[in-house]
Amino acid sequence: MAQLDSKIPEGDLKDKWKNYKEHQHLVNPANKRKIDIIVVGTGLAGASAAASFAEMGFKVKAFCYQDSPRRAHSIAAQGGINAAKNYPNDGDSVYRLFYDTIKGGDYRAREANVYRLAEVSNSIIDQCVAQGVPFAREYGGLLANRSFGGALVSRTFYARGQTGQQLLLGAYSALSRQIGLKNVEMHTRCEMMDLVMIDGRCRGIVARDLLTGEISSHFGHCVVLATGGYGNVYFLSTNAMGSNGSAAMKAYRKGAYFANPCMVQIHPTCIPQHGDFQSKLTLMSESLRNDGRIWVPKKKEDAEKLRKGQIKASDIKDEDRYFYLEERYPAFGNLVPRDVASRNAKERCDAGFGVNSTGNAVFLDFKYAIERLGKDVVEQRYGNLFQMYQKITDTDPYKEPMMIYPAIHYTMGGLWVDYELSTTVPGLFAAGEANFSDHGANRLGASALMQGLADGYFVLPYTVQEYLADQFNVPRINPKENDAFKKAEDDVKAYIKKLMDVKGDESVDSFHKRLGHIMWNNVGMARTKESLETAIKQIQELRAEFWKKVHIPGKADELNNELEKANRVADFLELGELIARDALHRNESCGGHFREESQDNGEAKRDDANFMYVGAWEYKGENQEPELHKEDLNYQFIKVQTRNYKTGK
Amino acid sequence: MSENKGLNLTLKVWRQKDRHSKGQFKEYKVENISTEASFLEMVDILNEQLINTNDPDGPVAFDHDCREGICGMCSLFINGRAHGPDDAITTCQLHMRKFKDGETITIEPWRSGGFPVIKDLMVDRSAYDKIMQAGGFVSVSTGGVPDANAIPIPKADADEAMDAAACIGCGACAATCKNGSAMLFVSAKVSQLALLPQGKVEAAKRAKAMVAKMDELGFGNCTNTGACELECPKQVSISHIARLNREFLKANIKD
Repeated sequence: MAQLDSKIPEGDLKDKWKNYKEHQHLVNPANKRKIDIIVVGTGLAGASAAASFAEMGFKVKAFCYQDSPRRAHSIAAQGGINAAKNYPNDGDSVYRLFYDTIKGGDYRAREANVYRLAEVSNSIIDQCVAQGVPFAREYGGLLANRSFGGALVSRTFYARGQTGQQLLLGAYSALSRQIGLKNVEMHTRCEMMDLVMIDGRCRGIVARDLLTGEISSHFGHCVVLATGGYGNVYFLSTNAMGSNGSAAMKAYRKGAYFANPCMVQIHPTCIPQHGDFQSKLTLMSESLRNDGRIWVPKKKEDAEKLRKGQIKASDIKDEDRYFYLEERYPAFGNLVPRDVASRNAKERCDAGFGVNSTGNAVFLDFKYAIERLGKDVVEQRYGNLFQMYQKITDTDPYKEPMMIYPAIHYTMGGLWVDYELSTTVPGLFAAGEANFSDHGANRLGASALMQGLADGYFVLPYTVQEYLADQFNVPRINPKENDAFKKAEDDVKAYIKKLMDVKGDESVDSFHKRLGHIMWNNVGMARTKESLETAIKQIQELRAEFWKKVHIPGKADELNNELEKANRVADFLELGELIARDALHRNESCGGHFREESQDNGEAKRDDANFMYVGAWEYKGENQEPELHKEDLNYQFIKVQTRNYKTGK
Repeated sequence: MSENKGLNLTLKVWRQKDRHSKGQFKEYKVENISTEASFLEMVDILNEQLINTNDPDGPVAFDHDCREGICGMCSLFINGRAHGPDDAITTCQLHMRKFKDGETITIEPWRSGGFPVIKDLMVDRSAYDKIMQAGGFVSVSTGGVPDANAIPIPKADADEAMDAAACIGCGACAATCKNGSAMLFVSAKVSQLALLPQGKVEAAKRAKAMVAKMDELGFGNCTNTGACELECPKQVSISHIARLNREFLKANIKD
C-alpha cells in the first residue's frame, strides 16, 4: 500500500496557509484570459468558485443539472454557518474552531486543512455580508450568533432557518453577475457523464443535455468537481431527489481515489418515516436542539401506550420522562455532536422506548422553552421550522412535542484531495461535500456551509493557480477535432445505449429502493462484520439484476427522467459496495462509523493504533476489488484524546 | 396527527410532448393513496403506474428537487391554484390529507408567457435567471471587503430584507398574475438589496436594469390585484413592489 502525499506546507500550523500563499505560483492577468476552467455543480462550493475564478479573469464554464444554479441543494441547509469571529466574547478563536472540528470529527481529519478552514471562516462572513446576505442581527445592529452541537461557544451565524438559502443566493448572485459579464458560460439542465483525459491530465468533460439528450464535450485547462455528497445511496435521505454521486464515481473510474466512503452522517433530528411510498426525509435543523429537550418515557408501558395512540406526550409527567442526552452527557446535554445524538436515539428505540406507531421516534420537546422564553420568542427563532413540521405531520409542535428520528444527511467521505484540493488525477479538483477533506468521521453542525464557501471563495482561487501557472501556453483544444474527446463521447454514448438496451421490466426507483434497504439495514447506524459482508454480496447481486432487468421507457435522445435516474442508480450500485467495503475494513468505531464490535458501553471506541489514517480507494476495473491506499494522520499540534462530552474538560 | 386513509382519485393531467406540440388533458386513476403522502409522492405513484403499464405518453415530466419547500424547482397549478389548495407552501410540501376520497384533481403547468412549457408539467424559467444577471447582485468581488460588523444595520431593516430575500424564484407570482407580471420576483431582490447599506450604493442602477430586462423578456405590468402575494409560497409581500416602484421612479428622476 502506497502512502499518499497530502502536500502539507512546512512550518507551524498557524503559518502554513500564509506561507503557501506567499510562495505559490501565480498566473498573470493577461494569461488568465487564455485559460478555461470547468466547474461542475453550482451549489455553495461550485458557485462561489466559479464566480471567484471569473472575477480573477479566468474563463469559466459551469454546469448544473437543475434548471438554475439557485436550486442546488446547499439551499436546504437551515441552521447556520460557523466562524471564529468571537463577536459574543465567549472565548472563541481560530484555534478553538479548529480544535472543535478535529475533535468533532473524531480525529480522522487532516490538521492543516482544518486549521485553514477555521482561519478563512471569518472572511466568509465578511464576504457574505458585503453581498447583501441578510444575517440575523441584534437590536444594536450587529450580527447575532447561536450555538450548535459539539461546541461550547456561540459561533453560528444564521438567517432565520434559511441560512443555506441565503448563502447560496449570495453566491448565485455573484455568479449571475459574472454570467451577465460573459465571463462564465452557464450550462443548466446538463449532467456531466465523464471526464476527458489527455496525456495524464484532466482536460474536460462530456455532458448530456437533460432536455434534448444531446451529448457534448467541453474543454478546460482544469476541472473542478463541486457535485455534492452521495447520501442518496440510501434512497431515503435528506438530500434532494437529484443529488447524486455520479460525477465522483466517473472521476473514481478515471483514477481519482475515493476517501473514507463509509463516513456517512446520520442526522439525529429528522421527521420520522411514515410509509413505503416515501420519497425523501425532511431534516429539522440542529438549531432546534438549542431550546428543545430530547426525551423518551422512562417506563416501557408508557411508550407502548404512545405507540398505540392511547396517551399523548403531555399525559406523561416530568418525573416519568428520560432526558437521556442531558443525563448521559451533562456537559453538552442536548447539544452533543450528531453521531452521538443519533446513536442514543437508536439505542432508546431499539430498547423499546420509541414513541410513534413504528417505534422509531423520540420526542424533541419545546414545552420547557415556551415556559422559559414565551411562545413569541420560540416562534421568532424557529417559526418557519415549526410551520414546516406542522405542514408535513399535521401536528402542532407548540402544543405537542416534535417526533424525530435519525436519517442519512451528509457524507464526510468523498474524493481524496491533497492540501490544494487536487484529486489524484492531475488537473481535477474537488470542493465542498464532494471531497473528503475537513470533517473527519463526523461533521459538526453549521460546518458544511463554512467548508463549501471556504473551498470556493478562499482556497481554490489560490491553489488552482498553482496548477495553472505553467498551463497558460497550452492552447485551447477544440473537442470536435480531438481524438480523446471523440473517444470519450463515443464511450458515453455506448454506455447510455447499454442502459437503454436492457429493456427489462423493473423500474429504476424499485432498484434504488432495494439498494436503500440493503444500505440502511446493513451499513447504517450500527455495522458489523456480518452485516457488511451481507451488504457486499447483496449489492453485487442487485447490480447484476439491474443490468438484466431495469426498465427505462422512452428514448436516449430526448428528455428522459428515467434515464437520468438510471445513470445515477447504476453509480450508486457501485458506490454502495465501496461504502460497505470501506466500513468492513475499518474495524473500529469513529464518528459516524459505528462498528458494534468496537465499543465501550455503547460509546464508539476508536482504534488509533491501527486506523489513524485516511482510507483512499483506487479503482481497479469493473467488478474488481479496489485497492486501499493510506494517508497517515500525524497530529503534531493537537493532543489526540478520547472524545468526551460528559464533563466538558 | 390525522388518520391514515387510502384515497381513490381521478387525475386530469396536462400532457404536452414538447415546446412546439399542442397539449391536452389526459385522465388517470390512482388508488389507495395515503393521506400521509405528499402530493409529489402521489405523482411518483402515478408515474410508477405509467412506467409499469408502458403508457404511450410515458411518465409525466415535472420539475422537483429538494422536496422540502426551498429550492423553488417544483411548480404546478393544482385545481386552478399555484402550488395547490394550501397556503404558504410549495407543491412538494402539500400533503394528500388536503384532498377527499373520490375527488378529481386537475394538474397543469405554470401558464405564463414568460415560462414556455418544455414538456408536460415542466416549464422554462430561465427568464428569472436572466433578470438576476441584469442586476440582481451587489457588485463586490471575492476578498477585500470590510469586517462584517463594520456597518451596523437596524434589526428591523435586516428583518424586512430577509422577508424579501425568502423568495425561492419558483415563478408562482408570474404564473398567477393575470398580466403575467414578474414584479413580485423582481421587487423581492430590489427591495432586499435597497434595504441594506451594502446594496444601496447601486440601488438605482439595479432597479432600472432589472425592470428593463423584465420588460424585454415579455413579462406584463403590475395592476395591484395582489394575486401574487396570495399565492407566494414564501408570503413575500406586495409592499416590496411599492418599494420597487419608488426605487425605479427615483432612479428615473435622477437621470
